[in-house]
Amino acid sequence: MAELFDKLYTYFQFPFVRYAVIVAVLVSLCASMLGVILVLKRFSFIGDGLSHVAFGAMAIAAVTGLTNNMLIVMPVTVICAILILCTGQNSKIKGDASIAIISVSSLALGYLLYNVFSTSSNVSGDVCSTLFGASSILTLKQSDVWISIVMSVVVIVLFIFFYNKIFSVTFDENFACATGTSAKLYNLIVAVITAVIIVLAMNLVGSLLISALIIFPSLSAMRVFNTFKSVTVCAVINSVVCTSVGMIISILAETPVGATIVAVDAVVFIIYTAVGRIAGHKK
Amino acid sequence: MALLTCKDVTLGYEGMVVTENVNFSIKHGDYLCIVGENGSGKSTLMKTILKLVNPLKGEIITGDGLKQKEIGYLPQQTMVQRDFPASVSEIVLSGYLNRCGLRPFYTKGEKRLAEDNMRKMDILDLKDQCYRELSGGQQQRVLLARALCAAKKMILLDEPVSGLDPKVAREMYELIYKLNKEDGITVVMISHDINEAVRYADKILHIGSNSPLFFGDTRDYVKSGIADSFIRTKEAE
Repeated sequence: MAELFDKLYTYFQFPFVRYAVIVAVLVSLCASMLGVILVLKRFSFIGDGLSHVAFGAMAIAAVTGLTNNMLIVMPVTVICAILILCTGQNSKIKGDASIAIISVSSLALGYLLYNVFSTSSNVSGDVCSTLFGASSILTLKQSDVWISIVMSVVVIVLFIFFYNKIFSVTFDENFACATGTSAKLYNLIVAVITAVIIVLAMNLVGSLLISALIIFPSLSAMRVFNTFKSVTVCAVINSVVCTSVGMIISILAETPVGATIVAVDAVVFIIYTAVGRIAGHKK
Repeated sequence: MALLTCKDVTLGYEGMVVTENVNFSIKHGDYLCIVGENGSGKSTLMKTILKLVNPLKGEIITGDGLKQKEIGYLPQQTMVQRDFPASVSEIVLSGYLNRCGLRPFYTKGEKRLAEDNMRKMDILDLKDQCYRELSGGQQQRVLLARALCAAKKMILLDEPVSGLDPKVAREMYELIYKLNKEDGITVVMISHDINEAVRYADKILHIGSNSPLFFGDTRDYVKSGIADSFIRTKEAE
């Protein structure tokens, strides 16, 4: 045991490990808060959809040789998030289908671009690391850390400030509109912060596993808790704990960061489901 | 002065006309039932009154100090709500959102008023229960309590008893009737059930397939014979 702690202590001497842990915890905290809303709005797959969009945008950035690919990735993803989340219930193409359309097209486009134009010698390596997150979380610069911290604080403040409005709009959009709450505005806010969080989280777990960060904590919480407030709080705690544990395991066992975090999330989900069942039977 | 007036309104969405020339007005304390076939535009009319949909032609005027956002609304249930993890009091409180403006949280006074409304709907003991675990009738009471929080003078109900069994439906009708008579709240309700509509409402608006067939007092409506075919088919069943 002491050996493990020693190993952990040595690792935490490196600044890049500390950065990685800070960013991972913050990003997954925000993702889980949004996740409660997105799962309830039946947009569980938006994480997948938007991260594929971000993948496509990254391909464009890589091919055109932009040094700071955030300049392309962020705006493109935000626009697609708005397209998906703000078309509402009345559009001809429903939510799940529009996510599917946008996500597969950008995935295809991105891979095409990588293959046709890429200057790098290791195309499948590039693609794989974008899809699964690989090691980029460990190569964060201090500026990346600051961006993540600022973004996370903004998201948390927005969420707390608009908590009651977001609840009302998620529960019943028509009622909220009828009584003078601008559902469009709050849908827009949710869409934009979703996109921001997804782009930030791509560094962490990669674009294929990102849905897990969004849906697992809140789904687990919903197995056991019954009020919106307790579900939100529990989801946030779940995600912080799971991400920390996942990071520590991946450092100690030298497993891939993203996959380990998601695996921990999945185990916790199974535990919550069991607890929910047992508690349910008692009633 | 009328609380709400509909003047030569043409209803529809995305340019498609559903119903033309809808004219009626509601006074304080009225109980209006809107009846008609499926697809005749009853729900569209309600959404137009609430400004969720714009009328294609004509106008809807609110008077007598009725503010647009002070109309309480009980919508039809959506898929999302059926498994929504929220407590009864969280949902009822959200009716007060229109008073908050930029204020992020509810005041103590609003929480107390919400409890009053829950007591009125006889759901105060369910306050901390989860919405998705309630029965259909209880869920409707919760949504009605929320509508009461939002409303000062008028509530709009979109088929409040759909999917409820007859006994619970009757209780719901009685509850709404009591709100109208005892608390003086103006009620506008969409109903499929003409028999119940005639029993409780003071006024009836019957919308036909593309234009309104009748608007006026319930007594005149029964005399006019428009509803006969509906009532008779009900009895024949």
